Amino acid sequence: MSSDAMIRLSGVGKTYDDGTVAVHALDLEVERGELVCLVGPSGCGKSTTLKMINRLIEPTIGTIEIDGRDVTDQDPVRLRRGIGYVIQEVGLFPHQKIIANVMTVPLLYGESRATARERARELLELVGLDPATYADRYPSQLSGGQQQRVGVARALAAKPPVLLMDEPFGAVDPLVRLRLQDEFLRLHRELGVTVVFVTHDIDEAVRLGDRVAVFAAGGRIAQYDTPARLLGRPADDFVAEFVGSTSGLRRLDVTPLDPAHLEPLDGVTAGDLGAAIDVDSTLGHALAVLLRDDAGLVGVRDGARFVGVLTPNGIHRALRAALAEMTEATSAAG
Amino acid sequence: MLGDVFSYLTDGSNWSGSTGIAAFGAQQLLLTVTSLVIAVVVGLPPALYLGHRGRGGFLAINISNVGRAVPVFAVLLVLALGPIGSEEFGPFGRAGLATLVALVLFALPPIITNAYVAVAEVDPGVVEAARGMGMSGTRVFGSVELPLAMPVVLTGVRLALVQVWATATIAALVAGPGLGRVITRGFANHRTYEVVAGAVLVAVGALVLELVAVLVQRYADPMRRASREIARSAP
Repeated sequence: MSSDAMIRLSGVGKTYDDGTVAVHALDLEVERGELVCLVGPSGCGKSTTLKMINRLIEPTIGTIEIDGRDVTDQDPVRLRRGIGYVIQEVGLFPHQKIIANVMTVPLLYGESRATARERARELLELVGLDPATYADRYPSQLSGGQQQRVGVARALAAKPPVLLMDEPFGAVDPLVRLRLQDEFLRLHRELGVTVVFVTHDIDEAVRLGDRVAVFAAGGRIAQYDTPARLLGRPADDFVAEFVGSTSGLRRLDVTPLDPAHLEPLDGVTAGDLGAAIDVDSTLGHALAVLLRDDAGLVGVRDGARFVGVLTPNGIHRALRAALAEMTEATSAAG
Repeated sequence: MLGDVFSYLTDGSNWSGSTGIAAFGAQQLLLTVTSLVIAVVVGLPPALYLGHRGRGGFLAINISNVGRAVPVFAVLLVLALGPIGSEEFGPFGRAGLATLVALVLFALPPIITNAYVAVAEVDPGVVEAARGMGMSGTRVFGSVELPLAMPVVLTGVRLALVQVWATATIAALVAGPGLGRVITRGFANHRTYEVVAGAVLVAVGALVLELVAVLVQRYADPMRRASREIARSAP
């Protein structure tokens, strides 16, 4: 058990009055600054789990701690002011301007209007919306993607240590979603906020999550692991099926290049190299460049220095090695 | 005929006195406004609260709809002949209390139905976001649900206002107050132009009230302000 857990769920369950079990005795730890994705089919209890963290839904059993404090000891309204919350419907106030929407939580905290306004303008910049253009618009004047940027800005306005997100990018089109995901990853690195992110999209989960919890029906966690291990070593048939037949391809995106699998530059001329890739790239990026240039190999550089070439064979070896490492780690842990 | 109506309405002597148009009109306006205010005070708070809770509204709407199902005239007759009686009631005149009660019952259904539905059907995403960011129930109601429900709530009040004004006319059938007396007097004396003049007065009054209500509603509705600014900024 980690001692630096920001969020800790122990034996948390939710049974409704009619006997429906939404979540069944769940344990989950999220470390400080970690981005954890909860993923699973609909009705598996992942949203319920998220809403129990800020007590929009009260758990029937178990304890939930944030930063070592039991959430059930706290006034739910005050608790929620310290937790950012972003939902798929966004839920901006349609009768208020964008700036007023983002100012809401600082004002709830009792900040002066001037301070809240200043903070709101900073946040709009942070999420890539120019305050001069957008502050005085109304939500209906923004596109879906822009509205969700405001939703994220509003949730971050009070500098919460924890951010809960319920399928936040589920309603925008795929291209905008990719951009929002990239920008959110950057934002997460910048702010170091602890994030629990619910999605039904396994691609989104492995793309964003430091760790991913795969939920099975009845609110049970089937596997809680890093994206690479989830794709490479699914814990059971359910997880294997959920991550899907293309999990091998997805693994390319979560497995880093290893210089050990490069081949020497001997006999390769600069003309054969085409575009070189950085040594920090993922295998997915390497394969994409390989296919694009149709050269059969791709140069790899560390800064300005070439360190070798990568061939399809090298990619294959790297994937196998990554799997072998996981197996060793598993047997060592067991 | 229309000429008779016109000369009746423009003859100042028909407007003055305790049985003149002015007195009856004032009585009807007083009756309408009073019953509307009572209906708003009685009906609006529980309907808004139930809408906020999102349940129990079905019962409230059905109880209030009894007022819609039973003809106002029947209610008025029963009240005027029954315990409340048809005595003079302050400025409301003869059978004033019976008329007030009947009109309040008649005003409740649109007020209650619209208020409940308006609050209960505020976009659930907006309400969830408001709760999730740490607004108390009272604040969610005051800052989010009520402003967003306001157009529909006000429409209910406006409907009630115009309906009550029009319906107040029938108080004259139990010799009660209001402009209906101009009409019943015309009937009794076989003066068709007076009947028509009375009807015209009621209709014009309804239009004026509707207009005033629309202006008040426009002023009080936060969403209209927003959409006006949006329209102005559009290229």
